[in-house]
Amino acid sequence: MTEGSNNSQSNNGKLVLKLVAVVIGMFGFAFALVPLYEVFCQVTGINGKTSDTAAIYESIEVDHSRMITIEFITRTNTGMPWEFKAQTRKVEVYPGEMNQVDFYVKNNTHKDYVAQAVPSVSPGTAALYMNKTECFCFNNQPLAAGEEAIMPMKFYVDPQLPKDIKFFTLQYTLYDVTASAEGVAMNQG
Amino acid sequence: MSTATTELDHDDHHHHAPSGIKRWLFTTNHKDIGTLYLWFAFIMFLTGGAMAMVIRAELFQPGLQIVDPNFFNQMTTVHGLIMVFGAVMPAFTGLANWLVPMMIGAPDMALPRMNNWSFWILPMAFTILLASLFMEGGGPAFGWTFYAPLSTTYSNDTTALFVFSVHIMGISSIMGAINVIVTIFNMRAPGMTWMKMPLFVWTWLITAFLLIAVMPVLAGAVTMVLTDKFFGTSFFNAAGGGDPVMFQHIFWFFGHPEVYIMILPAFGIISAIVPTFSRKKLFGYASMVYATTSIALLSFIVWAHHMFTTGMPVGAELFFMFATMLISVPTGVKVFNWVATMWRGSLSFEVPMLFALAFIVLFTIGGLSGLMLAITPVDFQYHDTYFVVAHFHYVLVTGAIFSIMAAVYYWLPKWTGKMFDVTLAKWHFWCSLISVNVLFFPMHFVGLAGMPRRIPDYALQFADFNKWISLGGFAFGLSQLIFLALLIKACRKHGEPVSDQVWEGAEGLEWEIPSPAPYHTFDTPPVIK
Ligand code: HEM
Ligand SMILES: [Cu+2]
Repeated sequence: MTEGSNNSQSNNGKLVLKLVAVVIGMFGFAFALVPLYEVFCQVTGINGKTSDTAAIYESIEVDHSRMITIEFITRTNTGMPWEFKAQTRKVEVYPGEMNQVDFYVKNNTHKDYVAQAVPSVSPGTAALYMNKTECFCFNNQPLAAGEEAIMPMKFYVDPQLPKDIKFFTLQYTLYDVTASAEGVAMNQG
Repeated sequence: MSTATTELDHDDHHHHAPSGIKRWLFTTNHKDIGTLYLWFAFIMFLTGGAMAMVIRAELFQPGLQIVDPNFFNQMTTVHGLIMVFGAVMPAFTGLANWLVPMMIGAPDMALPRMNNWSFWILPMAFTILLASLFMEGGGPAFGWTFYAPLSTTYSNDTTALFVFSVHIMGISSIMGAINVIVTIFNMRAPGMTWMKMPLFVWTWLITAFLLIAVMPVLAGAVTMVLTDKFFGTSFFNAAGGGDPVMFQHIFWFFGHPEVYIMILPAFGIISAIVPTFSRKKLFGYASMVYATTSIALLSFIVWAHHMFTTGMPVGAELFFMFATMLISVPTGVKVFNWVATMWRGSLSFEVPMLFALAFIVLFTIGGLSGLMLAITPVDFQYHDTYFVVAHFHYVLVTGAIFSIMAAVYYWLPKWTGKMFDVTLAKWHFWCSLISVNVLFFPMHFVGLAGMPRRIPDYALQFADFNKWISLGGFAFGLSQLIFLALLIKACRKHGEPVSDQVWEGAEGLEWEIPSPAPYHTFDTPPVIK
């Protein structure tokens, strides 16, 4: 008779273990969402992030049949006191052709800073076709107090860019990463 | 055989219950723990309600007058957290504790000691949360949804306490959910087959699965907020390669199933009450079970309807729009089933039925405003306005909370053995019904006209409506004191003794045991017809 209750106790134990496994699994799943999200966005390009590593330019055929207008927007995050401008606000390019745009930064303060530029393309799908061979956003950028610099960005637009995109915007936001930059090299594009 | 077993067990474990505070601290009896949960939920309901009164007092007039904006933000945040995690969820858990064993013919919950723990850590969690309000810099002020970067970059150090308390609440509800699942799987009386289980048991079973699936995700989200804020990670920090929008995806992956956690048990309650007072069987029992299951499954693929304005691609906007609309189909099935149950029934309007009817009508209003919000293009106008506030208060206050009140009125006589004070109860119902609509209905209008939510001040043209809203709010708050008085009277065992069945037309195992329900029930499993 007590057997019966032992039985049900061990049944309970088994079920509890399974349920706890689900709980732990779902806790892990929350963290797995982070890389999943990254991969998903990279594959689909829906969050407008451009690749954070340099593309390699192989001589490809330039598509002279259409022109793409690209606008550059710069902003500094709250609490980031640098001056930050694109030297060229707007370019018109042929897909497949190499281009360069320079950005001007100046640390107007009396303090040394390290900055990190984070790109965002709108509409997001265009990000997949925005290939940068060189970009200041691949590394963080230190500037001593009062220092200024010209930061180049070289890119070409993939000729595969969907035909309906004739215009897109690339925005850079400059973040203050002085505190976390010590020692850690940031590699964000 | 199992009869004798349970009886033997009993003599070993539960001697005479100790009295006084110790009885409540160490109790493993499902009825005691149910009572504790319910009282705790009610106290939290009043606490969160007091905060709502502060919010409505500030919004009575345009301009800043009573509290400063930072405190206002703390009030909206903690009000939301308390109502969701402190009032609605514990109240449902309390009802599950009381009712699930009685409805399936089990002597207790399957894991009584864990049951004790899962209750007693709750007051700790809320003490921590409430204490943070009195600390330097104040408590959480980033909204109950704690979006990054508000909760990371722009929050103060008491965020650590917020995270800690959410972890404890999560552990509590996960333990509660595990207990419910194990009880329902392993403790049903012989003959209580799946499709004979009362719908309250069914809906709670499915809710419990939702809980163990998504509460850990919430725990993950708060943990990431904690490490981003204090330990230099960059989950949600763009400068470090993270993405603040990802926070919203993770949060709402928890958040949308969470809203169904707060409504599925309500469906079970209404499905118990409507047949009783219609003196008919529930129309479409099986379809109710399937509808509940499909709502639960669909609830995992609609989360981004909270994020239409975050700049998702059109394809995703369409997907989440249609998925959201799809979920209202099984919800509609339920409403039709309740109406069909009443059709040609011999209806009577006792207090539980009044609350159930109010639920059906008002919850449906909330469902309809939900459908409006689900239309992506118009959500761009409605998002983050009082229209959303109106929507979720219709589904949560006149939905979830009204169902809890209906449940309390329905089963209270079984618990105490005495009929509650019907006059007070009717006063409570009518005052609540009128004031709740004065409180929440005009929110639709100010929302459509563009009044943003979570802001302590507003443009002059919203002044008249807000005055009404605040008056409705104060009236609704006061009406709950009637409920408090009624409950105190009921616990002191005032009132006429009731029969075992209590309500003519009530069916189910819980109505076959004596009133008041004895401390131990179904030591011998009942015979299920
Ligand atoms: C027919 C079913 C429903 C539909 C179509 C629906 C749709 C929506 C949509 C689209 C939103 C987002 C609005 C915005 O922020 O712009 C929303 C918000 C919300 N809904 Fe529903 N809903 C439904 C039922 C429910 C139920 C049953 C509950 C809870 C019991 C609920 C609770 C909430 C809450 C709490 C929010 C706001 C969350 C916040 O931002 O703080 N909804 N609903
Ligand atoms: Cu939702």
